[in-house]
Amino acid sequence: MSKNLRVKSSKFIDETYKVSFKFNGTTYYGYKGDTLASALLANDIHLVGRSFKYHRPRGIMTAGSEEPNAIVQLHNNTSRTEPNVRATEIEIYEGLEASSQNCWPSVNFDIGGINNFLSPVLPAGFYYKTFMWPANFWEKYEYFIRKSAGLGKSPTEPDPDIYEHKYIHCDVLVIGAGISGIMAAKTAAKNGFKTLLVDEKSYLGGSTIYQNSEQFKINNQISNSWLEKEINEIKKFENLEIKTRTSVAAFHGYNFLLARENLTDHLPLDQRTNKTRQRLLKIRAKKVITATGALERPLIFDNNDRPGILLSSAIEKYANLFGVACGEKNVLFTNNDSAYETAISLYQKGINIEAIIDNREEIDSKLIKEAEKNNIKIYKGFTIVNTFGYKRINKISIMQLSKDGQKVVGSKISISCDCLGISGGWTPAVHLFTQSGGKLKFRDEDQVFIPDIYPSDQISVGSCNGDFTLDEIISSVPNKLKEFLNIKKTDYDNLEIYSSYNKSKRNIWLLPSDKVIGKTKPFVDYQNDATAKDIKLALREGFRSIEHVKRYTTTGMGTDQGKLGNMHALGIISETAGSKMGELGTTTFRPPYTPLTFGTIVGRNVGEYFDIFRKTPIHDWHVKNKAEFENVGQWKRAWYYPKDGENMHDAVQRESKAARDSAGILDASTLGKIDIQGTDASEFLNRVYTNAWSKLAIGKCRYGLMLNEDGMVYDDGVTTRLGENHYIMTTTTGGAATVLGKLEDYLQTEWPELDVYLTSVTDHYATISVCGPNSKKIVSQVIPELDFSDESFPHMSFKNTKIDKIKCRVMRISFTGEHSYEINVQANYGKSVWEKCMEAGKEFNITPYGTETMHLLRAEKGFIIVGQDTDATMTPIDLQMNWIVSKKKYDFIGKRSLYRSDTIRDDRKQLVGLLTENPDEVLEEGAQIVADIKKSPIEMLGHVTSSYYSPNLKKSIALGVIKGGKNMMGQKLIIPMENKQINVTVADPVFLDKENKRLNA
Amino acid sequence: MFVIKCPFCGEREQSEFKAGGEAHIIRPKQPTELSDDQWAEYLFMRKNIKGIQFERWVHTHGCRKWFNVVRDTSSDKIKAVYKMGEKPPSE
Repeated sequence: MSKNLRVKSSKFIDETYKVSFKFNGTTYYGYKGDTLASALLANDIHLVGRSFKYHRPRGIMTAGSEEPNAIVQLHNNTSRTEPNVRATEIEIYEGLEASSQNCWPSVNFDIGGINNFLSPVLPAGFYYKTFMWPANFWEKYEYFIRKSAGLGKSPTEPDPDIYEHKYIHCDVLVIGAGISGIMAAKTAAKNGFKTLLVDEKSYLGGSTIYQNSEQFKINNQISNSWLEKEINEIKKFENLEIKTRTSVAAFHGYNFLLARENLTDHLPLDQRTNKTRQRLLKIRAKKVITATGALERPLIFDNNDRPGILLSSAIEKYANLFGVACGEKNVLFTNNDSAYETAISLYQKGINIEAIIDNREEIDSKLIKEAEKNNIKIYKGFTIVNTFGYKRINKISIMQLSKDGQKVVGSKISISCDCLGISGGWTPAVHLFTQSGGKLKFRDEDQVFIPDIYPSDQISVGSCNGDFTLDEIISSVPNKLKEFLNIKKTDYDNLEIYSSYNKSKRNIWLLPSDKVIGKTKPFVDYQNDATAKDIKLALREGFRSIEHVKRYTTTGMGTDQGKLGNMHALGIISETAGSKMGELGTTTFRPPYTPLTFGTIVGRNVGEYFDIFRKTPIHDWHVKNKAEFENVGQWKRAWYYPKDGENMHDAVQRESKAARDSAGILDASTLGKIDIQGTDASEFLNRVYTNAWSKLAIGKCRYGLMLNEDGMVYDDGVTTRLGENHYIMTTTTGGAATVLGKLEDYLQTEWPELDVYLTSVTDHYATISVCGPNSKKIVSQVIPELDFSDESFPHMSFKNTKIDKIKCRVMRISFTGEHSYEINVQANYGKSVWEKCMEAGKEFNITPYGTETMHLLRAEKGFIIVGQDTDATMTPIDLQMNWIVSKKKYDFIGKRSLYRSDTIRDDRKQLVGLLTENPDEVLEEGAQIVADIKKSPIEMLGHVTSSYYSPNLKKSIALGVIKGGKNMMGQKLIIPMENKQINVTVADPVFLDKENKRLNA
Repeated sequence: MFVIKCPFCGEREQSEFKAGGEAHIIRPKQPTELSDDQWAEYLFMRKNIKGIQFERWVHTHGCRKWFNVVRDTSSDKIKAVYKMGEKPPSE
């Protein structure tokens, strides 16, 4: 059993509530309030993972969301497993099971560790350089690379948890509940703003809440007890909502933010059932106050990545908040005063400090004096040149820094230790600010980027704005709030501050070593194993842009987005390249700030709720009669109706034959229907269709083709003139919404003078199409009072009539080439009319058919389907549909484009019919068509667009588009397939009943 | 995602709207009298400005009305919104 490093009770930890959890198969204990990291540290466990490239042993480095190393897999091999979870964020609960990632067979003995010793041959850009040649070898390399690389494992079972999305609108959003955020939230709420305060942690108060030191006082109270009172007060405001465990992921324009609220991840598994796990908050805030704090910087020196090396502030947090000592022989290494805060905290808790190594030579602040008073040994003007210990640090070597900080001088001193805290100063967490489009400026004195130009109504306050110390925060935040919220006073205008922190800092991006850089491993990006050496190599190889160096070395490209080391990478680049930091820019911070689960992003839109679907009024009948369905846009359309175990082919052949031999019935309700009214309706149709409409008599129907302004076919359908100024237009199923949109566009913007009104009535009507030689007998039984004689009711005409008492419109129009009728009836009567037709058709073997048979039947007649036989490059001339293009009309949409130099070319792809040499051979749709197979490269002439076996013609038929196809009638061409060639002959696209006898039969 | 003030409905989320490209491109009254080049100019040529751009938008999931928007494409700030047929604001 390992040691217990719990030192002194902390009020944030409930020591009466013991929690057991498993890490890499071993059971440990922690307390309620612990994170996985703090509980592991309390058990003296630092080694938690292996690094990405060299598989070096890595330990916990931080105490927050910036953690690069301590990322674990939760609940491996279960449906709840989750990779890449930061041990520093996950709160322990009874039954938690975590395991290390990127190591095999175990974190203690990892085969991949050999990469560490191969590192001289694994430089920056190794993969780019090595696996580029020979190109076709990638397939062989890939298997091994994928096996040895990679972080966690994704789950293989469906996620059992519930996720949801929620919109929030507020006046003021405050991000971060540290001291600045608390002050901002209270001020906003007190002044009547509807305020939302969010923080990623489970508690409020940021790092101040555990700053229990006489060195920092507000109004003569120790800062944490002052803040505690403020927190108690803000909880009383009704107009202030507080959300903890809520991490803002993205800050978009117009103050639109996405946040993940974590609701159950801290609960034991058995308490999570039927609860929402995570919520994606979509926040629209009038004003945003960013108070995201700052991240402590590491220091960059040889072997700065060993388990046992942590940020100094993390050591302080583990001691103060969790009551955990990270080691028994602690050394701190710093270039600023922050490490002394840590030292004093440790001292107060009785945790041993061996030494403090400080880069600075001349230092003199109250904090340092306090440390010296406690007999802590301080090495001033020193730096660490190396560390030792493979799975846990056990020793460091230090040397004196030269005056200019470029070299080390003197002799080496060794100090043994089991924990090293490093502090390189602070980096404002400006990630969200820059995501929102904000521009940064560089502050030379302490080498930080701080917010400069705000793109929306927002401010950054506190240490994310570069005001790091308690006195800076207290003196700047109230004034900023007054200006931002346009108020006269705050509760914080006359606070008395005592702070013993001195701001002096000696910033050296890459600390010197007694070895040449090529022999060192100073890590800049811990997760991706990018070292200062790699960055220098990239610069030597000619990379200059920070974005290029980032991608080449993979610095900042891990799941932590390089929150710790990005600034050092910039610093090293600017020093090496001799450019100024401020001019170099930064890499782009992209959402999400911390990774989101897929579940959160998707919310409730899973399974049957993934997308909405539309059902026709007759849908239930199709389901009852075992139809297979096809998705057409959002519609579920009956595809075919298999009978007695038929496959699709057999069902379609049967349906197609029945429709031509006797009678077929189709649910055509999904076709788009647009009601067009107004005194200029005819003129409008003249302008939007290629053919003429003025002379269409009332009660007649006409097929129309609609083009885009570029002359390409856009949609088609039959339009019926219901009255002098009243038409009903049908569109394709998929095109209904876009056609209406396009027509509205022209009406509102180009032709506002036209008196025309458009209404979508697609959902208002059910459309039942009955076709075949017996269709007249069937429909006349359903509607006995109607005169169905050819004289009274010819092809392409319509009648208003009634079925029983129900009004309906009957059109005699055909998409199959058969004599057929379309009954349009108010949607809620659709199913009963359909059933009446089925009943009346019984004696004629009326056969319901789906979209597949419809496609086959129309192909026999050479009718096109827009979107299948056309794409956005087909004109009506290409389709050999010259007959529908009016020569007389002065203008219509797309007319002028029909004689552009490109559209009048003879060698455009044109629609033709194709017949196979072997009548049983059915072509594949999309297959390429060629003439000369010997030519190299083979010239592609076109492709097959529709292809079926026609049971009525007893042969295979196809439509295709071929360059210059119009003039190739009878020509033999070749369709090369994987294992064979198919010989075809170019034919007329109308395969059946060219004379249209059946329409009038 | 920005917020657009529809001149008919008021402020709504961007997701309710669709963009319709550059504004104030008038369809020629006599297309047949134009040369290929003149027609191509109308048909294909659009500006893509970094900065102030005049655009058409439609409130697809609202009133279905088209209108004009003056937007700074570099910041997505909307400077003005006006109805079809109204004069564009100067500056």
